[in-house]
Amino acid sequence: MYDFDVEKPGTIAEAATAMGVEDAQALGGGQTLIPTLKQRLASPSKLVSLSSVAEMQGITKEGDTLRIGGATTHAAVAADGSYPALSALASNIGDPAVRNRGTIAGSLANNDPAACYPAAALASGATIITNTREIAADDYFQGMFDTALDEGEIITAVKFPIPQAANYQKFVQPASRFALVGVFVAKLADGVRVAVTGASNEGVFRWTEAEGALSTDFSASALDGLSVSPDNMITDLHGSATYRAHLVKVMTGRAVTAAS
Amino acid sequence: MPKDTGIGAATVRREDVRFLTGTGEYTDDIQLAKQTYAVFARSTVAHGTIKSIDTSAASAMPGVLAVFTGEDFVEVGGNPAGWLINSRDGEPMKEPKRPVLAHGKVRHVGDAYAAVIAETVEQARDAVEAIEADIDELPAVVDMNDALSGSNFVHNEIETNQCFDWGWIEDNREATDNAIKNAHHVTTLELVNNRLVPNAMEPRASIGSYKASTGEYTLHTTSQNPHLTRLLISAFVLGIPENMLTVIAPDVGGGFGSKIYHYGEEALVLAAAKKLGRPVKWTADRTESFLTDAHGRDHVTKIELALDADGKFLAFRTDTKANVGAYLSNFSTATPTFLHGTLMAGNYTVPLVYVNVKAVFTNTAPVDAYRGAGRPEATYSIERVIDKAARELSMDPIELRRKNFVKPDQYPFASAAGLEYDSGNYDALMDKMEEVADVAGFETRRKASEAKGLLRGFGVNAYIEACGIAPSNLVGVLGSRVGLYDAATVRVNATGNLSVMVGAHSHGQGHETAFPQVVAEMLGIDPGVIDIVHGDTSKIPFGMGTYGSRSLAVCGSAVVRATEKIINKAKKIAGHMLEASEHDITLSDGVFSVSGTDKSVTFGEVALKAYIPHEYPLEDIEPGLEETAFYDPANFTYPSGAYACEVEVDPETGKVRVDRMTAVDDFGNIINPMIVTGQVHGGLAQGIGQALVENTTYDENGQLLSASYMDYTMPRADDMPMFAVDHNQGTPCTHNPLGVKGCGEAGAIGSPPTVVNAVIDALQSGGKNVTHIDMPVSPARVWDAMQNAE
Ligand SMILES: Cc1cc2nc3c(=O)[nH]c(=O)nc-3n(C[C@H](O)[C@H](O)[C@H](O)COP(=O)(O)OP(=O)(O)OC[C@H]3O[C@@H](n4cnc5c(N)ncnc54)[C@H](O)[C@@H]3O)c2cc1C
Repeated sequence: MYDFDVEKPGTIAEAATAMGVEDAQALGGGQTLIPTLKQRLASPSKLVSLSSVAEMQGITKEGDTLRIGGATTHAAVAADGSYPALSALASNIGDPAVRNRGTIAGSLANNDPAACYPAAALASGATIITNTREIAADDYFQGMFDTALDEGEIITAVKFPIPQAANYQKFVQPASRFALVGVFVAKLADGVRVAVTGASNEGVFRWTEAEGALSTDFSASALDGLSVSPDNMITDLHGSATYRAHLVKVMTGRAVTAAS
Repeated sequence: MPKDTGIGAATVRREDVRFLTGTGEYTDDIQLAKQTYAVFARSTVAHGTIKSIDTSAASAMPGVLAVFTGEDFVEVGGNPAGWLINSRDGEPMKEPKRPVLAHGKVRHVGDAYAAVIAETVEQARDAVEAIEADIDELPAVVDMNDALSGSNFVHNEIETNQCFDWGWIEDNREATDNAIKNAHHVTTLELVNNRLVPNAMEPRASIGSYKASTGEYTLHTTSQNPHLTRLLISAFVLGIPENMLTVIAPDVGGGFGSKIYHYGEEALVLAAAKKLGRPVKWTADRTESFLTDAHGRDHVTKIELALDADGKFLAFRTDTKANVGAYLSNFSTATPTFLHGTLMAGNYTVPLVYVNVKAVFTNTAPVDAYRGAGRPEATYSIERVIDKAARELSMDPIELRRKNFVKPDQYPFASAAGLEYDSGNYDALMDKMEEVADVAGFETRRKASEAKGLLRGFGVNAYIEACGIAPSNLVGVLGSRVGLYDAATVRVNATGNLSVMVGAHSHGQGHETAFPQVVAEMLGIDPGVIDIVHGDTSKIPFGMGTYGSRSLAVCGSAVVRATEKIINKAKKIAGHMLEASEHDITLSDGVFSVSGTDKSVTFGEVALKAYIPHEYPLEDIEPGLEETAFYDPANFTYPSGAYACEVEVDPETGKVRVDRMTAVDDFGNIINPMIVTGQVHGGLAQGIGQALVENTTYDENGQLLSASYMDYTMPRADDMPMFAVDHNQGTPCTHNPLGVKGCGEAGAIGSPPTVVNAVIDALQSGGKNVTHIDMPVSPARVWDAMQNAE
């Protein structure tokens, strides 16, 4: 690790000010950032730890909407249960240590192409709330490790509409146990949304063709005849683009079956 | 009734108290006064010419005490290979110097070309980043075929990249060729035995220290064999007189072979400690472990099996390319040859075996012995090709094996690959396996799986291995440059407790529990009064350490011999105390008695007498009660087994789940069945890991893509079924005093072909004519194979 300063603000306003310094970086659960620092792959001037910001903690249900504070851990989401598919997803992230430290905002800010939460946020049509604005999930994810966040912008909360039915199917990459392919299917009042993680060079994406078919007939057989193009899918030592494209369809079908 | 003490008792491992309570003392836990820290500068390219290394900026950085480069070690020796292998044409193998730090060229990613010593690790790291190395990248030699045919050379003077071209048994070559040409049926299989990264939980670490007043060096290091490390450093690398170098391997957190070898970092910390007059510590981080620990396996093989019309085996012919990486690690030349070729007859009466092995240099990490070392490679080739033959001939795979087994009345049996098997009963193991694995119930289970949309497969395997390494005279003829005896000293203290100093090193094997069970049984005393001392060359006799499942068979035999000497001397002392002839003294339950009388003295009384020799016949018997024995085995030992595996394959995703795993092993006599079970479990986990998930991958530039746990898959508990193991079918080894064979590697040898055979069976049952998938049999590979079979 290189040297850096640490600040621990108590409010969002203080955090935003602390982030004003050049090369300051937000610290959530540190589950991604700390290993990066240990490997000397990043050299922030200051870490702004968000774990003491009370406004960013906790989960509240308002009607059909679930609001999750940005500093809420995966373990807290897993234990909540108001949005069962989301809690199930959180309970399968990493190991207990990762779940007890890692946060939803950290995951969404990082936007790892194989992470789980991006699929949930995109499929649910969630809203990412920051210290300056609200961003619809459809506008938020902009490719591998890329988001709509500006320099120094802090995710303070995420708002999820709770779907009528939903399910996340994760086919794990055997080493990291992130998603080799993960598919989140959400059946909302105005139609079905399908978001895919792990598979694409562009990061999380919506499989719109499947959404159309499933909005008409919410059953796995509705996918018969559809296929996913392997173009622009990831090929790596764990599987080819063709394999990933195949898995997208299989996992989508399983998610639909599990949700219905 | 199972015994509750001594030989055969499932005694709880006493060392686990410190391991499980975090009070073990590993090399990195040791803090020496005024200790400094070493960090290495390592090549980020697989192959390159070192044009210049500018260390001036690094040297000037805060806390930096010294910077070393390859230049500083040109005068010292190289780290040698322990076995000389001659090629088929009689030429000795190519043996390039393995320097302490790279000089002239870097030859693999991670190859160290400089080292910084500083007051703190962070300061040393900062300074390493300030070293300016001008390294001209050269094309990397990665693929073995390219290496043999190309024009890029890992070592400029070896213009073939070939270390040796070895034939075994060369005299059988022609006859084997003819047998294959004329056979009723020949089954051919091309396969890869995948490279593995050892991944010991404790990374390698070393502390060098030096006392100028006496000229004595001490090396604390993560070693499986401290005397061997001392010998290599003294006789070959640094020339430190052996009596001026103490090597201490304290608690060691796993080795699996990777900590047998002497590595350059050990020499560096010693040389630096002398230069600075302060101790120098180095601890590998996980990335360094991935890049620089000696890897395992990495064979590319073509095997052919010739059979007659009845399914009798006529010949095995094997062509193997063995990757040795960028430099020869200490046992790297023995592993693909004498630990592999000599096992190529398996458990079978096959009359002809011929093995050709070409060892190839590449710009990858050195490859050496890893749990099983050569024997897993042999077993995998044999047992996969037999399975394929059974399918081609529509024969039952168990029956085909049985038809060719060596039978119990054939021992001692001279195998076609040049070994003499002393004992075994392969049919009995197979019988037991069929019972434990409930082979009869398989079809019912298959139907249940099919009802869930899954394909179930059954795989079987029979293995034999040669361990208890090894008779020195024999291995000397085969090219070994060391002897492979072991040694033990039994010291009885005046108050009747014992210290047993052993040459074997325990880093997970449970010696501290098992060895006292042997001594306690022989003396008839409580094992609790016996402790084992190991790992420190200043305390123990010269032993060869722990690898090749040799600790109990070889070092345990030395313990027996030393204990016998103790008993003989104690009987003399007891005879004197009881005024009887030593020949009339018997020892039972820790009491020496005169036969036919009620006169007796206890073991403790004899011990006291030996150290307080009042009224003692000093003219006939020396005082004291301490004996040393060296034991050199008469033969290898030959554990064998019959394994079965059932898998479920998800045909939609290619995912394989191991549902049942049965291991029936013949380990000869058993000292501690609980420890044996644990060793088998660990071996099975590693074998299943190799078969299904462990995926060392270099790209064409020689970059290790699987250099962290984000990409290298370790087997985990939830990948494993509950194991069914049985080791009650043992046929004792005929030539060592305990009748033991060795159990440390068996699970890793027997399981990979069993798992792959099961996967192939599952796919075949689903109507896919898939005959082979290379390990690791990942979901992607299974799915690909299924697509290509359509
Ligand atoms: C062993 C292991 C297994 C894992 N498995 C999975 C898995 O299966 N699926 C999965 O999805 N993830 C997995 N993860 C990642 C895990 O979910 C991380 O917790 C997550 O990616 C990052 O969250 P964090 O709170 O730890 O963020 P940090 O590591 O603290 O930060 C990550 C990035 O987000 C930024 N950041 C943090 N908080 C905010 C904020 N409020 N606003 C703006 N930017 C912010 C940081 O500056 C940094 O750039 C795994 C991680 C590990 C170590």
